[in-house]
Amino acid sequence: MKKPIVIINGKEFEAEKGENIMQTALRNGIDIPHFCFHEDLPLEANCRACLVQDAGTGNIVMSCTIPAKDGVRILTTTPKVEKMRHKNLELLLAGHQQNCPRCQKKLHCETAEIMNRYHVKGNEYVREKVQELVHKLGTAAEFDPNLCIACNKCIKACESIGIGFLQLKGKASKTRVDYNHDPKVDCIYCGQCTVVCPVDAIREQSHIEQVEAAIKDPDKIVIVQTAPSVRNSIGEEFGMPYGQDNTGKMFTAYRKLGFDKIFDVSMGADITTMVEGSELVERLETGEGLPMFTSCCPGWVKYVEFYHPELIPNLTTSRSPHIHSGGAYKTWWAKKTKTDPRKIVVVSVMPCTSKKYEASHDKLNIDGMRPVDFSLTTREIAQMIRKHKIDFKSLEPSEVDDAGVYSGAAVIYGASGGVMESALRSAHYLVTGKEMEKIDLTEVRGYNGFKKAVVTIGDVKLKVAVVATPKNIQVLLKELKKNPHAYDYVEFMACPGGCLGGGGQPNPSSKRIVKERIKGIYAIDKKMKMRRAHENPVVKEFFEYADKLPKKERDALLYTNFEPKRKFE
Amino acid sequence: MNTKTKETLLQKIEAAKLVGRGGAGFPTHLKWKFVDKAKGTKKYVICNASEGEIGLFKDIYILDHFTAEVFEGMKLAMDFLGSKYAWFNMNANYYRNLQEKLDALILEYKKKGYDIRVFQEKPSYIGGEETALLNAIEGKRPKPRLKPPFPAEKGLFGKPTLVHNVETLYNISQVNRGMFKNNRFYCLLGPVRYPGVYELPADMTLLEVLEKTNNVPEFDYFVQVGGSASGVVWNSEQLKTEKMSGGGSIEIYPADTPPKEMLLKWFEFYSKESCGKCTPCREGTYQLFEMVKQSKKIPWNKINEILDLLESASFCALGKSVPTAVRTYSENVLHKKI
Repeated sequence: MKKPIVIINGKEFEAEKGENIMQTALRNGIDIPHFCFHEDLPLEANCRACLVQDAGTGNIVMSCTIPAKDGVRILTTTPKVEKMRHKNLELLLAGHQQNCPRCQKKLHCETAEIMNRYHVKGNEYVREKVQELVHKLGTAAEFDPNLCIACNKCIKACESIGIGFLQLKGKASKTRVDYNHDPKVDCIYCGQCTVVCPVDAIREQSHIEQVEAAIKDPDKIVIVQTAPSVRNSIGEEFGMPYGQDNTGKMFTAYRKLGFDKIFDVSMGADITTMVEGSELVERLETGEGLPMFTSCCPGWVKYVEFYHPELIPNLTTSRSPHIHSGGAYKTWWAKKTKTDPRKIVVVSVMPCTSKKYEASHDKLNIDGMRPVDFSLTTREIAQMIRKHKIDFKSLEPSEVDDAGVYSGAAVIYGASGGVMESALRSAHYLVTGKEMEKIDLTEVRGYNGFKKAVVTIGDVKLKVAVVATPKNIQVLLKELKKNPHAYDYVEFMACPGGCLGGGGQPNPSSKRIVKERIKGIYAIDKKMKMRRAHENPVVKEFFEYADKLPKKERDALLYTNFEPKRKFE
Repeated sequence: MNTKTKETLLQKIEAAKLVGRGGAGFPTHLKWKFVDKAKGTKKYVICNASEGEIGLFKDIYILDHFTAEVFEGMKLAMDFLGSKYAWFNMNANYYRNLQEKLDALILEYKKKGYDIRVFQEKPSYIGGEETALLNAIEGKRPKPRLKPPFPAEKGLFGKPTLVHNVETLYNISQVNRGMFKNNRFYCLLGPVRYPGVYELPADMTLLEVLEKTNNVPEFDYFVQVGGSASGVVWNSEQLKTEKMSGGGSIEIYPADTPPKEMLLKWFEFYSKESCGKCTPCREGTYQLFEMVKQSKKIPWNKINEILDLLESASFCALGKSVPTAVRTYSENVLHKKI
């Protein structure tokens, strides 16, 4: 079918089916500032920043509300548009830069760029002050009502994944973000709100300062370990293509930042696969605790602990990848290299905000030490790189340090379905002593939030499911209520598309972008020589160490436990 | 209602030239046709008794004095649409005053199979906006919805919905009974001798209304009609020719009322009543109120800049209506051509 032709500023452009005229303009390099629009969320049209002029009537219209149909004509640069846009932005962003922690630190900020482009100072008006404190979302994220511009994106993002923890409060100029006061609704710390906030009103709880202090401290040995998803999304922070593999440049950037050791959470993911795979095999033998649920996503774990504590026995007791590797580096590696573990600082770089929350749990401590001391988001590490004036794009790639070696199975942990695929690759080996014939488990791949498959391992036909976002989780749990034996093993992730669509990922993030990241991550796995967790020599060496430990110490390295949680806990 | 009865009723309404009395003045028969045509097994009728604008108190008057007629109007609308479901979107204070009367009629209709419910709305201006009230009844934040879809296609709980003001429903019953005389209800307020609600012909000039009710002031004055926030301001000369528009109120002001007092009245109302959805209204009305409050000399240029934005870029009619009073006041009173 012929694509609609629209006319923007007198020039013809081809529009894509279903898009609005703002999207057509943006795709063609015509700038239209906007704050409340997100391609995956319901249309809000409340910020009015995208105002343009209808070339026919001369009226001011919102470009986000105009379907890009054949013959639509708009003007984006007339004196009237410029005057109205300027006034509207001055009102919307009054006092923004004086109050925004990111702007204050001169860090990268989309909003600051818009203000520069449109000569908006934000000092023409003084906005109404609201006497609200910064609200902490556990130890993961936080929101500051004073910075909120009521664009409503965080609220829609939270609703759309199926939680509904955020809401607007107040009327008129006092309208601000607030949390849901219903005692039965709690945040799961997934951070989807932080990806969409244009003004840093909702953001991760920053660990940048602590990490920088640790790097500067000559007594500390600072290990950086990176989650699978970060390597092929970090480039987006520097204007590189969505989903592009930048593993090597990322390692070089870490070296330039002054980290002492460049290890990898993917190594931890290989440990997790082994621990979780073995537990699955055990549960299948005893028939207890089935279906087994993954527990590597702290957002999902919080969801179970708060909303469905009765399902806690179904969670695998395996620790999650960065906790496994962090613990391994502070014990096995420290001993091996004769390093004082108390001097080691483990910094995780995660696509995630809930990993900050997970890392702060005392129950995970090993000999009184946190397996992970700090957890940074993809956005935070990019901020550090920018702050140190490292030109990421032009970096020469380098390799991970020895103790960080990982398999392709670990890398795909980043995608929804990846944990399942990795666990099954190894479970097959553990059960049958043979490798799976078909290593690519394509049925559980892709963005789709609810995937099912039947996988044959020896004589067992394993019914598996992979779900992402609480919305889909709710569907699956209903199904399980009707038929408790519908599945044997289920992978759960809080974020759309899995960790690649995580709450700590670069902004913008959307279904379209996450799909590119998914493509990218499977391409990395495909290229790798070592594609199974049980082939990883570092993991083998770690288990040789761990298996010799007294049971209690070994368990402290490999397993965790869960308990019902109250609101805000 | 069979097709013939439906057609007859619709023709009567069209012939009576009924228009909505909520303020927008949309032809009633067209609204009925849209909802009738809309696909859906369940349809809703809503009686809007929010009356959140200052200067208006006719809906409470009608509900109090003509309760049965309003219910009859709702029943006719339901029968026309083949529906049994209706809601009152009602100012909570009104409900408190009329509860006994309303509940009795709701029960009576329930026995006939009609499901009429009352949503008690926390009194507000936005509560009367027809899509904001749909959100409120659904338990959501009362803010206007993007149109299309219009309530006639996708209204309450996503079903085709007919929203009418109290007076419109009263008029429908009058049309059906053959008693409609093209009257409307006038709220008179300000320093007048006999404030109150009057039912008088809709095509009277404003001066005739004042004369008829014996309310022509003996001092120099100007008026605001059709709502004391969003309404038009006329000088006393213009009353000889102008007629009622909008929500149906006439407020008298002494000619020597200081302009700052007028502006503060309007801007304070809007800056409190904005729902907070869109930037021009949420931030703009606050800035208008603040800049006038803090001014020694009224900053007309700065006011006009924000009014321009409100007029062209607000999300709903509430924000778009802010300039009306100020501009007509400036034109007809402050700078009137003598």
